[in-house]
Amino acid sequence: MTNAATILRCLAMIAAALLLCSPAGAAEIGQIKISKGQVTVERKGAALPATVGMRLESADVLRTGADGSVGITMADNSLLSAGPNSILSLDRFEFDPTTSQGQFDAQLRKGSLAVISGRIAKQSPEAMTVRTPSAILGVRGTEFVLSAND
Amino acid sequence: MIRHLVRALLLAAVAAMVASCAIQSGTVVLLPDKDGKDTALTVTQRGTKVTLAEPYAGTKLTNEGPKAYRSSQEEVQAEFGDALAARPVGPVQFTLYFVEGKDELTDESKQVVNTVFVEIAKRPVPDVLVIGHTDAVGTDQLNDKLSRDRADFIRAGLIQSGIAPENIVAIGRGKRELFVPTADGVAHPRNRRVEIVVR
Repeated sequence: MTNAATILRCLAMIAAALLLCSPAGAAEIGQIKISKGQVTVERKGAALPATVGMRLESADVLRTGADGSVGITMADNSLLSAGPNSILSLDRFEFDPTTSQGQFDAQLRKGSLAVISGRIAKQSPEAMTVRTPSAILGVRGTEFVLSAND
Repeated sequence: MIRHLVRALLLAAVAAMVASCAIQSGTVVLLPDKDGKDTALTVTQRGTKVTLAEPYAGTKLTNEGPKAYRSSQEEVQAEFGDALAARPVGPVQFTLYFVEGKDELTDESKQVVNTVFVEIAKRPVPDVLVIGHTDAVGTDQLNDKLSRDRADFIRAGLIQSGIAPENIVAIGRGKRELFVPTADGVAHPRNRRVEIVVR
């Protein structure tokens, strides 16, 4: 066995151990409300078919096919909807429903996205960010669209 | 030999084109707020930060940084029609008021209940949060229970009308979040309420 393979195997074991140690029952951050055509949710390395009503978790990545589109509602009332051939990752979502304080970082890796910001951006302007591969958007509110090419 | 030279020249030409052209790598457009509120967005690219503050103010993302331009409703519809069509129905909030010390709705609020059902029925997968509150009369212990009873009463009504139980969460906040701030021990009808968020 090569050294590189040994290192990779060690890293995989460490990653698995970290996953096992993470708190059980990841918090729900949002829900898929609309799904058309081919849409998948990547979660912890698995690609799950997106279904209407599916609950979302932090770090989920949504992918739409050439005929796909998906609409989600976040716990802070933000609405995000992606058009065909899009990759949207929900990198970070923290929200205190009592104070409306939180942080929401999403990333449109490619494709198109329509956004209506919610309570996080209303409470603290620019506590919501949307990245593309080349830019970062600070959201003061409320409605906007963006696209990102490959 | 000549073939190698041609290939090198072609590669150099392509590299020069890539470097000189402003390659578009995306678009950002601010839309009007549907309630007419002020709205704004900052876009930072290649160390340049621009602020979009007018409806249909847009910026093209290029390899030379953001390039401001003016978009329009037609252009947004043409480029983002599919994304906009997938937008979920927005969240709606209701407040129902209660008779003092009871989990019984005021006559006025009884009329609103039907509107809540209609909003929920519009959604293929409704997500309903019911938050009970009380006024400042009584102990925390008593008000925590009363606020929870009020929320449960509404939740039970929604389930009875056909909403799936797993889609409705009911919680009680007691007298911790008064809508109208009062001193402790003061009765106030606007504080005896249940807030319903329909997503």
